[in-house]
Amino acid sequence: MQEAVDVTDLVVTRGGKEVLNGLTCSVRQGSVTGLLGPSGSGKTTLMRCLVGVQIVTSGSVRVLGAAAGSAGLRHRVGYVTQSPSVYSDLTVAENARYFAAVLGASGTAADKAIADVGLKEQSAQLVATLSGGQRTRASLACALLGDPELLILDEPTVGLDPVLREELWGMFASLAAGGTTLVVSSHVMDEAGRCDRILLLRDGALIADDSPDALRHAAGTDDLDRMFLSLIQNAEAA
Amino acid sequence: MSPTITWATAKRVLTQLSHDHRTVALLVLVPSLLMVLLRFVFDDDAVFDSIGLPLLGVFPLIIMFLITSVAMLRERTSGTLERLLSTPMHKLDLLLGYGIAFAVAAAIQAAVATGTAYLLLDLDTQGAWGWVVAVAVSNAVLGMALGLLVSAFARSEFQAVQFMPAIVLPQFLTCGLLIARDQMAGWLEAISNVLPMSYAVEGLQEIGANSDVTGTLVRDLAVVLGTTVIALGLGALTLRRRSG
Repeated sequence: MQEAVDVTDLVVTRGGKEVLNGLTCSVRQGSVTGLLGPSGSGKTTLMRCLVGVQIVTSGSVRVLGAAAGSAGLRHRVGYVTQSPSVYSDLTVAENARYFAAVLGASGTAADKAIADVGLKEQSAQLVATLSGGQRTRASLACALLGDPELLILDEPTVGLDPVLREELWGMFASLAAGGTTLVVSSHVMDEAGRCDRILLLRDGALIADDSPDALRHAAGTDDLDRMFLSLIQNAEAA
Repeated sequence: MSPTITWATAKRVLTQLSHDHRTVALLVLVPSLLMVLLRFVFDDDAVFDSIGLPLLGVFPLIIMFLITSVAMLRERTSGTLERLLSTPMHKLDLLLGYGIAFAVAAAIQAAVATGTAYLLLDLDTQGAWGWVVAVAVSNAVLGMALGLLVSAFARSEFQAVQFMPAIVLPQFLTCGLLIARDQMAGWLEAISNVLPMSYAVEGLQEIGANSDVTGTLVRDLAVVLGTTVIALGLGALTLRRRSG
């Protein structure tokens, strides 16, 4: 299998502080990779590097065979930021149709994306009147347009009810089965079990990079929270 | 650059405006109401002709400056700008999209204000009212371009709003409306020579005094539009795909 993302010795400095210190990792094409770690561990910064909107101090970031952020990648990579980046003074449908036009997708594709994230009933509603979780989904719908090959989703399931979370993870899996590569960050440890592979970040360094099963096995526990605790303690002891 | 994306952006900005009925009402009515107020403050047709006419060009510039700097700042702080710049959209698609949308809004605003001044308030000019609208719309587009540019230097709405008195009011004070520019101290006149509002006001004064299109009017329009292009170009430089 080809690697969709290849990061080598990545160093990023923000506000005088080294946020990522020499990180190396890769992501397989057509997989769901979970980016986990406590807040402030560098998840968002790493995702911004993959999209190519982050100024990088040193190291290389290759995405779909090209340098991250290069012009040719802009219609192949979809990005959902942590705070929903949609226009709050437009309706869900107007947002989706605008991003569809920008990404070269059709109006029908916009309607389908809205249905896919379960916002069909709210499509004529202004985003400002939606709940937090609905806004996140509106933002996600806009990222699905144009059938990106790589989807970078920064905490897309925060504040969603369990049923919806289940539906979204089901959608991520079916997208991956169709060949799309997904990098999904989360700080909810029970979501890690839905990923093909987990990257665990702490203080800008990678402390684990394996499948959920292998990690469970290595830690000798089925409980993901315990597993992460033991991994973090091991990393600190080492 | 893509005409489809530029057009979609213009349509999106106008749709945002159309959802905000209060802003639309303020945008269309405020300059006209100010003209009415001005007419009764002076209570003299001749003074109104000499002061009211140039102000038809000043009001749209100020209003569009404010609206655009806040709109663009919102685009920057809400994350939508970063998102758009990670798509195939060209920076100029965004700037021209805003330009077209606000030019449409400005045209409506200027047409209503000019109509009010001529029909209700008996404004009298030697030149045609169509030229007055043309200069007023150019000024509004200039205000928009300046607003886009300064939004890059504002970190909050508080700062963005204060750029209006900082950038626009000095131009207003030296543009020749309060006192003729050639009667000001030499260094002040020199400063006013490089500020675009001086030409906006001079252009409208030309229309007031001449029934023909004068060379000065054409030059004034060219200066206003040229400054707009420069401000948009500088604005494009402030849109960075990558940030720290």
